[in-house]
This record gives sequence, structure tokens and C-alpha cells, in this order.
Amino acid sequence: MSGVSPAAPSAPTMGIDLAKPEMKRTREGFGHGLMDLGQRRSDVVVLVGDLSGSTNVTFFAEKFPDRFIQVGVAEQNMMCVAAGLAAAGKIPFLATYGAFASCRSADQMRVTVAYTDLPVKIGGAHGGISVGPDGATHQAMEEIAIVRSIPNMKMIVPCDYWETRKATVAAADDPHPNYIRFGREPVPVVTGPESPFTLGKANLMREGSDLAIIACGVMVYEALVAARELESRGISARVLNMHTVKPLDHEAIARAARECGAIVTAEEHQVNGGLGGAVAESVVQAHPVPMELVAVHDRFGRSGKQDELMAAFGIKAPDIVRAADRALSRKRAR
Amino acid sequence: MPRLGMTVRELQERALFVRRDILALLARAQSGHSGGPLSSTDFGTVLFFHEMNVNPRRLDDPARDMWHFSIGHVTPVIYSLMGERGYFPLVDLLGFRQMQGHLQGHPSKHDTPGIEVSSGSLGQGLSVACGMALGSKMDGVERRVYCVMGDGEQQEGQIWEAAMFAAHYKLDNLCAVIDYNRKQIDGDVQDVMGIAPLADKWRGFNWNVIEADGHDIPALLQAFDSARTSRGKPSVILAHTVMGKGVSFMEDDYKWHGVPPSREQADQALREMGTSLEEWTARLERHTRAEVAPGAGAAS
Repeated sequence: MSGVSPAAPSAPTMGIDLAKPEMKRTREGFGHGLMDLGQRRSDVVVLVGDLSGSTNVTFFAEKFPDRFIQVGVAEQNMMCVAAGLAAAGKIPFLATYGAFASCRSADQMRVTVAYTDLPVKIGGAHGGISVGPDGATHQAMEEIAIVRSIPNMKMIVPCDYWETRKATVAAADDPHPNYIRFGREPVPVVTGPESPFTLGKANLMREGSDLAIIACGVMVYEALVAARELESRGISARVLNMHTVKPLDHEAIARAARECGAIVTAEEHQVNGGLGGAVAESVVQAHPVPMELVAVHDRFGRSGKQDELMAAFGIKAPDIVRAADRALSRKRAR
Repeated sequence: MPRLGMTVRELQERALFVRRDILALLARAQSGHSGGPLSSTDFGTVLFFHEMNVNPRRLDDPARDMWHFSIGHVTPVIYSLMGERGYFPLVDLLGFRQMQGHLQGHPSKHDTPGIEVSSGSLGQGLSVACGMALGSKMDGVERRVYCVMGDGEQQEGQIWEAAMFAAHYKLDNLCAVIDYNRKQIDGDVQDVMGIAPLADKWRGFNWNVIEADGHDIPALLQAFDSARTSRGKPSVILAHTVMGKGVSFMEDDYKWHGVPPSREQADQALREMGTSLEEWTARLERHTRAEVAPGAGAAS
């Protein structure tokens, strides 16, 4: 097995202590990203559906009260009010839980926002099972599948605080509708303020040649932990941070398939229609290789602690390692 | 307020043209809705030829009024109004709902310049208009926003979310119009799912409620005038209309909600309106260049 590749990772993961990473909330990245934008652009407005505190839009609300719009508990209305604001020249960001943003107002997102192709920016908070104790109703695990099936929509799943902050700022500059998914609990910081972020371009977090782990969101950290474990067994795993699930970075995926010959995807999302499905669609058309999908397998979440839930639903680093072993044995059998 | 300077008589004549256009384009497409477009024609004409400050030659005019049909299925009247107002050549109406045309079955911003926001899924438009109205207020733009809704559409819950929002934010630059023709696709509104007392509902949501005969041009002019003077409250005009208005065999019959007339029926209807299918289609075919409505130069 090959060792460390000469190609330098595009994100500064080397300095990160995977055993004891700095922990920070991605929703805070969203809140701070909005603050950055508030100063930079006068056309940015923020809407919230009675969840100011938990989506961290309070930062913006306090600093820019004239550009903050409380909509109350009315997600469908909020989605379309945002569309109207966009039609009148604003760059509206709306914030609610992802479970509601992606499902409750899905028709509004599809017809009014996406069909018109308005620059509405949807902040889906509390994404994934890591929400914890609130249980299945509030654990959004269908967002990627729903959003990526709608034309004109972009789906961004940043991996940590810094990336969420950068994704928020980047979304404002994109003249199309975007959905940004972030979480509730503090998660490991695996990028820095200087790490590159370009919509639609995967970040290479770790070079490797035996197999590639393609992950998004909090699973990027789990992928890095899994890669380190695999390395200790002499397996060189590439880690790609696919923060933009749509449009997908087909080039990086094809390169990973060609150069590594096996792929594991990792996401905190339903297996049906998620990142794994998106990558598989790309791989089968460009360069088919054995693939394993680490995801939630077609079941609703439940109450519990973040770590307990991720373990129970099979989306921790050891699950990625086991998936890697399966993919590698299929690769060898070819 | 900008005016095309049209008299009541001229507006009535324009409405007649719009009705003829609706029948001719439906006859050609053999697909689309008849009832609602014909009931919306008179207030639509007042909006496009009197009330609204719009300039088909300058769609991105920052001072323009904004309009949005939440009832996307009434495209036959929307497109006829747009064509007559000069957004595009009238001949385009004959491409309604066809692959090679730019007039989709439901309004599409990217297919039809002049449409501000696409629509077609009921219940969403008032929220969109709220966003337009609030955004305009935030920018200090003297703009009015008009939203056309259906009466059956009042059954959608989102309408009432938006109603609450508009009153909460005191969007007095917003004027909604409800095509109150009392019919929907499955039958009489009161039988399908009653919405009465509708005026009281809107009053209860803190709106300025105006009721008018939706086919009486002077009454409509007065209704829009009254809406414009409202301060601190959004206005809604309940336009009492008749489904299929102007065509004897369509009037007040819910079965005409979602179907087009056959060519023979359209010809009969057009003869009732003093022309014929052949004659009116020929008029549309001759109209290959967009013409801003007569008197448009008087707008200021």
C-alpha cells in the first residue's frame, strides 16, 4: 500500500488533533456568516420563523434590525415572502429547522423559488440525526434528496463552523437559490479561516490512493478519523469534503474513482437520494468502481445523545472503516 | 398616478378585446382554462390599462408597480392583457401552451418577460406579494403591489399566513383582488368547502376590505382608488364576478373552470361578441410587433 501522497491537501487538516478537536457549532457559522454579509451587502435581509435563537440569526437581528424579518410560525409563507423580497431586489436568507424548510415548504421552494430561479438562500438548521434529544420529527434526514431533485437549486452541506460561515457568504454571491444545511450541536473544526471554499468544488482533505472517502457535513470529521485508522493498517485513504452536493464535483469524483478504485460515501442523511446516491450516479456514468454507502438506512431517527445516535445509526468512523474494508475486498476481487 | 388616460368606454372596449383574445387563444390551444380568465377580465383590464404603473418597454423599471397572479391557471387572461398592453406581439397568443411558444400553461418568469415570479401552485402568491411590498417599503420605493387570487384558493392555509403577515407589517402598498366567482373546479365553492363569510374573515385579519361588482368598470375604478388611500392596512377587493362572463353558455357554470371551448364553441362565443373566430384569429396573426397600448405615451 502506498504511503503519504506528494499532493498537498487543499485544507489544513494536518494541524488538527483528531483525538481532541476544537468543537464549534455550525449554526454559529451561519449566524456569523450573516453578520459578515450584513456589513458587506446592504441588500441582504434575514427572515426567521420563530427560531431566532436556535438558528443563530439573533446576531444579525441585533446588528441590523431594519433588515430582519420575523415571520412567525409559518414556513410556507416565509419561503414565498423571501421569494417576493428577492423579486424586489433583495438577497433574502431564511432560517428554520431543516425538517421544516425542506419538507413543510417544499412546494413553495420548488414552484415559487426554484422555478422562478430567485436568489433565495435557505438556512436549514438542526440538520441530521445529531440534533439529538428532539427525536425523529426534528431530525432532518431527507434534505439532500429533496433539494437536489429540484432544478436550479444548489445544496450545500458544510463540514464545520468555518465552512458554514464561508458557505453562507458564498451563497449571497450566487444569483440562484441555495440551501445550506447545518447542525445544532458543536462539531469538530476541521478547516480554518484560510481554507479554500468554492461552491461546487470538493476540498481534498487528505490525499490517498487505495480508496476514497467522500463525505459531507459532520461526516468529514468521521471520515478523517476513519482514514487515520486505515492508515495505521497500511491503507491509504483519500478524503474528499463534498460540501456542495449539488452541483456535484464530478471531476473530483471521477479522479477519485480512477486513482483509488474504490469509494465510500459518508453522510448524516437517509441513504435514499443522498450524497451516496449522487456520487453513485456520477461514478456509474464516468468510471464504475466498488462503492459502499455509509448513511442512515431508511429509518426515522429517535431521541438520544448525538454520539449515541450516530453510533446506533451506523454513521461513526468505525462504520466508515468497516465500509472501507468491504469496498477494498470488492476492489481486490475484481 | 400614471394613467393611460382611458375613458370608461375605452376600458370596456379593451376588456372586450381581451375576452376575444382569450377565446381565440383557447380555441387554438385546445387546452387551458376558460371560466376564471373571463371572470377576471374586467378588473384585469382596469389593473393593466388604468391602475398600474407598468412599462412593457422597461420591465426592470425600479419605480414600476409589481403584479402577481396567484391563480396561475388564468394565463389566458394574463397573456391577453400583456399582449394588449404591449408586452409582446398578439400573434404570440396563438402559441399558448405549445412547445414552440413562450407562453406556458402557467406563468413562467423565464419564458415570458414581464412575469415577475412564476406561479401555478395555489395559495402561494399573496406571500410573494407580501415580500414584494415589504421589500419596497424597506427601500423607500413608492410602489404598489397587486396580487390576484381566486375564491377557491381561499381554502389554502398559506393565504391566511400571508394575510396575517401583511397586516402585521402594515403593508398598505399591497392590494389583493379576489376573483369571487363562487365556482371552483369541483363545483360551487360553498359546496366544495365553504369560505363564507369571506369579507368578515379578511376584516378579522385586519385588512381594509372593499367589495365591488367585478364587471362594473366605474365600480372597479372606485375600488382601486379606495384601496390606494388606505393607510396602515393592506387592502383586498372582493370582486364579485361571474365565471365565464361574456359567453352565454359558459356563464356561472363550474364545468368551464378548466376546459377550453371547441373551435365551434369559440366561434359561437366570438359571434356573441361581435366578431368570429376566423376574423379575430386573423387580427392576432397580423399583430406581429408588440405595441404599447394606445395612450401609453400619456403615462407619467
